Amino acid sequence: MSTPSQEARVTRQEIAHLARLARLAVTDEELDLFAGQLAVVLDAVAHVGEAPVEDVSPTTHAVPMTNVMRADVARPSLPRDVVLAGAPAAEDDRFRVPRILQEEA
Amino acid sequence: MSSPVNDARASSAGDGGAERVRSRGEDSTVTSMTVTELQAALKDGATSVDLTRAYLDRIAADDGTLGAYLHVDPETALETAAAVDAAGRAGTGLAGLPVALKDVVVTEGVPTTSGSKILQGWLPPYDATVAARLKGAGTVLLGKTNMDEFAMGSSTENSAYRVTRNPWNPERIPGGSSGGSSAAVAGGLAPWAIGTDTGGSIRQPAALTGLVGHKPTYGSVSRYGLIAFSSSLDQAGPMARTVLDAALLHEAIGGHDPLDSTSIDVPLPVLAESARRGAAGDLSGLTVGVVRELGGDGHAEGYETGVLARFAEAVALLESLGAEVREVSCPAFDLALPAYYLIAPSEASSNLARFDGVRYGLRVGDDGTRDLDEVMALTREQGFGPEVKRRIILGTYALSSGYYEAYYGQAQKVRTLISRDFNAAFDSADGSRVDVLVSPTTPTVAFPLGARVDDPIAMYAADLCTLPASLAGVPAISVPCGLSDGLPVGLQIMAPALADDRCYRVAAALEAAQDAARGFRFLDQLTRRTADATEGAA
Repeated sequence: MSTPSQEARVTRQEIAHLARLARLAVTDEELDLFAGQLAVVLDAVAHVGEAPVEDVSPTTHAVPMTNVMRADVARPSLPRDVVLAGAPAAEDDRFRVPRILQEEA
Repeated sequence: MSSPVNDARASSAGDGGAERVRSRGEDSTVTSMTVTELQAALKDGATSVDLTRAYLDRIAADDGTLGAYLHVDPETALETAAAVDAAGRAGTGLAGLPVALKDVVVTEGVPTTSGSKILQGWLPPYDATVAARLKGAGTVLLGKTNMDEFAMGSSTENSAYRVTRNPWNPERIPGGSSGGSSAAVAGGLAPWAIGTDTGGSIRQPAALTGLVGHKPTYGSVSRYGLIAFSSSLDQAGPMARTVLDAALLHEAIGGHDPLDSTSIDVPLPVLAESARRGAAGDLSGLTVGVVRELGGDGHAEGYETGVLARFAEAVALLESLGAEVREVSCPAFDLALPAYYLIAPSEASSNLARFDGVRYGLRVGDDGTRDLDEVMALTREQGFGPEVKRRIILGTYALSSGYYEAYYGQAQKVRTLISRDFNAAFDSADGSRVDVLVSPTTPTVAFPLGARVDDPIAMYAADLCTLPASLAGVPAISVPCGLSDGLPVGLQIMAPALADDRCYRVAAALEAAQDAARGFRFLDQLTRRTADATEGAA
């Protein structure tokens, strides 16, 4: 396992990559701001790496529960028009979205 | 118990316009009452419309300065109150009592933003379970309270909408993220309110405004309809003027909910009765552990001396009520802050993926020239504020391949160590077992507005004491334990999972002993001071 470096360095390129993964357009100023701040925060959280965790299993959830089941009974869902009323754009009883696929070159 | 009504109230009329958020005239006889007193007033013939109008008047007069609310609909509130009165329900259970909800709780047909521009104007098509239960009980919704955007923050300064001020000092923060709820209740603009707590967002604002705030055992209050921040940590809970009021509100919202798959299917412990019993003041047989890592020897850096002094006095008071007090070491608590600030942003980066400009809320740049990804990215760029973006980027980083094990994986293991520390304290068989753990709720009193807004690390440190209970999913309450520099200090009581009743019992004992020594309730100091300041200015 790699240990976080003592002094994290985060480049603008890394922030741009993370922002792209998170579908977040960022301005040039934000790239600089977040690169600096992420480095500071990473330094502050890096000592999780110092914890003695050999043979310690991770906790994903404070209350251990698995496979919570309910009876397979149909319940009414929200009316379609009520749900679509909250959407930025709707058409033919569906959410309308911008183009998903690029046109062939 | 008789009401410690103070005589300064009647003379507090005035318009001043000033710095301080004022208490006004006769209305404050209603708006400084506890909920149990309001219930008694309803039984004595006051109407729900009377009470609701008193709070709406205070909101109209003071919320321009205080900034506690994001949405208030007086007409609907008064209609609801009139309907409760007409049905003859007022005074039975919680019926007829006004309440405020943090804006992270979705409410059918009532604007819900979670403090974010990305949800501006959205009208939810359903009620959160918490909202539905309060509606079913006949309570009257006063409004939705301000908060840090998506509950990310400790000062409410990350709200996309407005600044919220601390009623004790308008230049100070009200805590966060439930700072609208804390300011509303402390300022007399709501008798009680719902907050949510992911890393301290009920307890920290309660402590900084002199309220009682309780984070329930994870899974004991439904998360259905709470706009998710960090799903393995989020819990809704009560914020109130007294321990008993908090217990009553908790009982109204708690219990199993089939709509939340993480909801625990066991009955709630008896809470209000525990608070009443606790107020009798006998703690003999109870063992209290003082957590060394939260402000104790060698761990006091960053803690104000005034906070530590009030805390020590409160612990001595618990001892004088018969509790056995001993110091307990929980070494992994030192790592709660870094673990939390990896786990919560990681979960947030995933949860906030739902704000994609497709199904609800804002959409930006859909002019026919951009594809879906570009529109999504622009929508999120304009819809989210800086702290939310910071946490999405941090969470995306911590979850990305190559870093996952070192950051997120490691933080989850630290979370296990923190739970082990709690278990060792609560369950050890060697005679060192304690019934509850205590600490200061916050290292400092309310800090000035703007003081930490550009320094994320300093802001995160406000949650130092509240994070361990969040990560372990155990219940924790904050109860006022005095003033430092004229600002409230809170004491935190943590208990084993599902033993929320212990929090209420011990908190009520401390509250009753302090009230008796003081001669009036903690929050009445604020009413008196406000009245005095008004007189002084006149």
